[in-house]
Amino acid sequence: MSGIPHDHYEPKTRGEKWLHSRLPIVGLIYDTIMIPTPKNLNWMWIWGIVLMFCLVLQIVTGIVLVMHYTPHADLAFASVEHIMRNVNGGYMLRYLHQNGAMLFFAAVYIHIFRGLYYGSYKTPREVTWIIGMLIYLAMMATAFMGYVLPWGQMSFWGATVITGLFGAIPGIGDALQTWLLGGPAVGNPTLNRFFSLHYLLPFVILGLVILHVWAFHHTGNNNPAGVDVRKSSKEEAEKDTLPFWPYFVIKDLFALVVVLLVFWMIVGFMPNFLGHPDNYIEANPLVTPSHIVPEWYFLPFYAILRAFTADVWVVIAAEWISFGIIDAKFFGVLAMFGSIFVMVLVPWLDTSSVRSGRFRPMFKWYFWLLIIDFFVLMWAGAMPAEGIYTTISLIATAYWFGYFLVILPLLGVLEKPTAPPATIEEDFKATVRKSAGKGVAPEQIPAE
Amino acid sequence: MIRKLALSALAALSLAASPALAAGELGEITDYSFSFEGPFGSYDRAQLQRGLQVYTEVCAACHGLQYVPFRTLTAETGPALSPDAMRAYAANFEVMDPETGDWRPAGGPDHFPPSGMETAPDLSLMAKARVGFSGPYGLGINQLMRGIGGPEYIASFLAGFDGREEMQAGTMFYYNTAFDGWVSMNPVLWEDGVEYADGTPATIEQQAQDVAAFLMWAAEPKLTERKRWGFVGSIFLVLLGSLLYLTNKRLWAPVKKKAKEA
Repeated sequence: MSGIPHDHYEPKTRGEKWLHSRLPIVGLIYDTIMIPTPKNLNWMWIWGIVLMFCLVLQIVTGIVLVMHYTPHADLAFASVEHIMRNVNGGYMLRYLHQNGAMLFFAAVYIHIFRGLYYGSYKTPREVTWIIGMLIYLAMMATAFMGYVLPWGQMSFWGATVITGLFGAIPGIGDALQTWLLGGPAVGNPTLNRFFSLHYLLPFVILGLVILHVWAFHHTGNNNPAGVDVRKSSKEEAEKDTLPFWPYFVIKDLFALVVVLLVFWMIVGFMPNFLGHPDNYIEANPLVTPSHIVPEWYFLPFYAILRAFTADVWVVIAAEWISFGIIDAKFFGVLAMFGSIFVMVLVPWLDTSSVRSGRFRPMFKWYFWLLIIDFFVLMWAGAMPAEGIYTTISLIATAYWFGYFLVILPLLGVLEKPTAPPATIEEDFKATVRKSAGKGVAPEQIPAE
Repeated sequence: MIRKLALSALAALSLAASPALAAGELGEITDYSFSFEGPFGSYDRAQLQRGLQVYTEVCAACHGLQYVPFRTLTAETGPALSPDAMRAYAANFEVMDPETGDWRPAGGPDHFPPSGMETAPDLSLMAKARVGFSGPYGLGINQLMRGIGGPEYIASFLAGFDGREEMQAGTMFYYNTAFDGWVSMNPVLWEDGVEYADGTPATIEQQAQDVAAFLMWAAEPKLTERKRWGFVGSIFLVLLGSLLYLTNKRLWAPVKKKAKEA
């Protein structure tokens, strides 16, 4: 499957040969599980497995929750309480599903930022990256619609605000919003279609995940050194790689269990800590909450949405140039979607000759500033859209776009990267020796 | 210890967490200490029974508890009434029979009635729908250390009337220090307003805490069971994690040895 030379499945018994000549499924599984994987992968390469687990967890708990949930505006809230009180283990199912979505996003953000640091998006892995971004978009749609289903106050008003974004599109906006909602406002038809799509999209995500995995199995994994596996012969390839099973399966499972321990303690001991109390009040179209905020994982983009008020000069300029078609609201919507779109374009915005950020002395600073920027946006997104908070959001938004559109293209030209190791084998040896010499804590030793 | 672990593990997340709860200005909330706090805390049966009494004699006049079935009052981890006591209690309430459409005394499977007064919200989930602690600066550290504070808010609210009253547009409003503003609900708790069967002195603070604990149980009846899952699961994961750690170390040892020597 991958371009790296390695052993393939050889059917031995008559039964195996019979099946293999008709459907080579065992061979496919063998090649997938035994894929040669760079020896020097560090602990940031475990989040794929965590994400895979999250998807399965959400699908399994979700399917069982559906057995007890009623998708009707008058009954949904009560049916969730029915799950919490009467269904055997229902409180665990629901809290797992609710907090599972948060683990999913926490993991995907780390996974994305890992890709950004180690240049995993760079050639030849652009398609893997773009499919990943599509998965992320599908995740956002799924999570948003899932949040509407309990029909609490934040569900209802969140749905009102977010579908209102589509209403901001000039010309077709109102018609589009009505079409999305199934009526003039959020109501029972909205709940029903969101329920239907919330059930559908995870399977779309599953399909995309298969493509995502297929794509990087074809190119081979990136690795912390960012240098390619030697492919000229099997012997050489084996110096750089180890088969996924058992080396990385066991390593990833260990990491997964550590992550799950934290997750399980949140679910068991503080399941509502990360949620919003207002969602324990049934949806009421007549009472608007004083402060409508999305779940934490949407906050950075919510901050970008709200950063552009009518008095910002770019908004005024855009409005003037477009003869008033682009107003502040629509500008905010464009900025929000644009902030994700610039990430899709990153394979072509990054002009550096080196993949891994490890060997890019200037890049490192800007990258860690981007991480801080992400948290600042998250914080600003939760604050009221007034006074100093809009200014902070605006500055942080400017950095977000500046990083992708200005800093990354320029850095490739201005920066002089340090020399990466010649081979993965060399990098692996160096890190193993370093950790042995210094007695570094085991969690910092790569590939253990 | 588990709490400590959870806390440190959450430190990174707390930044994210905060904000959802940052909204809204809070008044004076007392950080009451409840028996159900912490990873091993569970409900105090006697307190829940006292709280049920306060709810029945005071709150139920206006407020409802529509998601709580009477039968759950027998729960071992809850108020733990005997089945007979529960049925006798339920019979005090009238419900509309969904099949015949007639009014009849309630039984175990029926729910508490909904609010009798339109402006009085249902209390089933109130303890999870209110925030006692937030911030500072939207960072969520307070609710991480003290809990979200729904029951603390309820107790502080009930004990938070400072006696000021004001007529506004024909309605009487009362000043509440927990809400930090004027509310249309009048003070409902009085010294010895209820008479506890277990002889606990019925001070206003005592009644407020008891009914807040009861409402927390009403909102989260499976709290004890959930924490038990949390504990058992954590132990299991620690064991599984240790075994995987050792397996992994062993598995990679020859690979690393070779890398070190070569």
